Amino acid sequence: MTDVSSTSSLLAVDDRTRRRNAAEKRFRVYGVIAIVLAMLALAGLMTSILTNGLSAFKQTFVTLEVYLDPAKLDKDGSGDLEKIRKVSTFGYAPLIRNTLQTHLDAPNMAVDDLSAKDAVKMISNESAAEMRRFVLANPDMIGETVSFKFLASGRVDGYYKGRVTMESAERDSNISPQQLMFADKLKDAGLLETSFNWGFLTRADASENRPEAAGLGVAILGSLYMMAVVLCLTLPIGVAASIYLEEFAPKNWFTDIVEVNISNLAAVPSIVFGILGLAIFINFAGLPQSAPIVGGLVLTLMTLPTIIISTRASLKAVPPSIRDAALGVGASKMQAVFHHVLPLAAPGILTGTIIGLAQALGETAPLLLIGMVAFVREFPGAPPEGLFDPAAALPVQVYNWTQRADPAFAERASGAIIVLLVFLLFMNAIAIILRRRFERRW
Amino acid sequence: MSVKLTASAIAVAAIAATSAAARDQVQIAGSSTVLPYATIVAEAFGENFEFPTPVVEGGGSGAGRKKMCEGVGPNTLDIANSSSRIKQSDIDLCGTNGVSEIMEVRFGYDGIVFASDIDGPSFEFTPADWFNAIAKEVVVDGKLVANPNKTWADANANLPANNILAFIPGTKHGTREVFDKKVLEAGCKATGALELLGDKKACHALRTDGLSVDIDGDYTETLARLDANKNAIGVFGLSFYQNNTDKLIVATMDDVTPSTETVASGEYPVSRPLFFYVKKAHLGVIPGLQEYIDFFVSDDMAGPDGPLAEYGLVSDPELATTQEMVANGTPMPPLN
Repeated sequence: MTDVSSTSSLLAVDDRTRRRNAAEKRFRVYGVIAIVLAMLALAGLMTSILTNGLSAFKQTFVTLEVYLDPAKLDKDGSGDLEKIRKVSTFGYAPLIRNTLQTHLDAPNMAVDDLSAKDAVKMISNESAAEMRRFVLANPDMIGETVSFKFLASGRVDGYYKGRVTMESAERDSNISPQQLMFADKLKDAGLLETSFNWGFLTRADASENRPEAAGLGVAILGSLYMMAVVLCLTLPIGVAASIYLEEFAPKNWFTDIVEVNISNLAAVPSIVFGILGLAIFINFAGLPQSAPIVGGLVLTLMTLPTIIISTRASLKAVPPSIRDAALGVGASKMQAVFHHVLPLAAPGILTGTIIGLAQALGETAPLLLIGMVAFVREFPGAPPEGLFDPAAALPVQVYNWTQRADPAFAERASGAIIVLLVFLLFMNAIAIILRRRFERRW
Repeated sequence: MSVKLTASAIAVAAIAATSAAARDQVQIAGSSTVLPYATIVAEAFGENFEFPTPVVEGGGSGAGRKKMCEGVGPNTLDIANSSSRIKQSDIDLCGTNGVSEIMEVRFGYDGIVFASDIDGPSFEFTPADWFNAIAKEVVVDGKLVANPNKTWADANANLPANNILAFIPGTKHGTREVFDKKVLEAGCKATGALELLGDKKACHALRTDGLSVDIDGDYTETLARLDANKNAIGVFGLSFYQNNTDKLIVATMDDVTPSTETVASGEYPVSRPLFFYVKKAHLGVIPGLQEYIDFFVSDDMAGPDGPLAEYGLVSDPELATTQEMVANGTPMPPLN
């Protein structure tokens, strides 16, 4: 308490109080500024990702009636599947050209200086493969006219998404304004449409000359497999380790060292785990490259410390009175832990596990070292064998696509980020719900 | 619940211990320049054959060759993609690890182009201009001096007076080797610096005042840098340029515009062969390996009208010889 001078009134604010009030006001303003800056950064990031990536979820398709010419596909008319198989995808491209020729010949459809050969380039290279798959599955359809919904090529697709314009097509060696004009005519004829791109979620990766066919299917599956491995390994190991350390282990120098090491491991950069995984799992144990099992094992090593720390924290949060009561009515130490402490700590443990998994899902660096950055087009088989098949992973697919030359891949990379963010959001939401519904406070 | 999970974890671990013997798909790694071509072939191969699509990884030419030379067996690489020729050190490494026979397959050529932002000025270069612009020491009045040139007009009065800013591939890239040899050494010779320096290697020294920037990432990074610096010049692969002609304007070299035709005819001076190296011990062991390499060099893929040429590969005029060599499985002779 300081002296209050006789002249001051309790109602008038003196200098010191004014300064204190001003300091408080300033602090609040700083806080608001900090939050606004953080929100602006987030908003900037999200708008950039969304404006670039949302278009990846839409795709331009061209519907064409293709005559499956027996003269091309089944030369001797025997219908022998072995002989039909001999016709490679290169043999199917002329069939699409024939269909486009009939469209070009139709009244009001012709475009000056556009041959059917150029028009074929507007249809994805994937189309021939789609037709071949269809014919091999239905060999009796040879000789019929079948309606196919083909992907439009990346540039035509880009035209309807605003990435390609007539001006840029002028300078672009992969597309010409004539092709775009023909695309517009096809659109007016109702043959070309832009619709939701399920293929982006289900298809496998594609090579540089057909970006429109690239999808996240293999990457999503690979990430799911890895998360399954991480969950199956970290949960039992992590929970067992924390229960032992928290409830049973004697407090001595050894457990102190273990504790310090766990906290240290949690802070080790993830790339270190990748180097470790390459040395141990691939070079020493002989596990295959690019396989989700190796990715899962590496991410398990990375996630374990996080899960052990959060599990121990939630075990610690269960009040000792619960243990004492159980022990008091004659339960063994193990019964007390498994019947009373663990169920009460479970929501906390699960929350920690999910957050650990979310972290592992977004991890890229260690996966680069164990060959997960490869171009993989085959879907991995069903687990457990499928865990040893090559696969990609979501964050690595983002990295992969940003390095491709074709601009259509940049859009897909942003689209993949959106998918990854949705998965993370979903996992974090589950963690929050679990915490809200089941957590008990004492 | 925890008990069940432990059981499944043990099951996973048990499978991990027993598996890893056989492999169904061809595994490839190496040069990021060859990567797009290899993925195009792998994709078409998976579509047209009963074999699974090969797995293709990037990582760089040298890294790929080293990985291939790690040994023989299903856990090692079958094919190494390379944008430069294999080195004796790689062959020695292969030898010590039991990889005795390697097939060298040259499947085409790649041009290296100099391009700037589409809204910038166009350039007509000679190797001497590049040497004068970015070398550490250049010849002025018959003497070697630290590079004083600030604008392209300083390097050659016929060029626009734009400030020099060049984004060139970092030293880990195969492209840099070609740039050093075909541009810097040629320019070194033409300006007379070679005589004063005495050694070709000395011609590779670049100025370090920030006007020449090494890009260790890939061409997409160079493109992004050009987007930010409209007056800069970047070094790209021909195929990358051909996929981005709406953003880039290409410079001529010795008055030749780079294209698949001028590179194939040898008129355009800055080009290099592309290779892949096959581990012979894996032929007949890894299913689909022989079929894949036959398919890669077939006219359908690597020929002048094939999808690789469409993407920017300069088709090899001697492709027929290569096809025969691949079909016979002829291993490469010792390096000369």
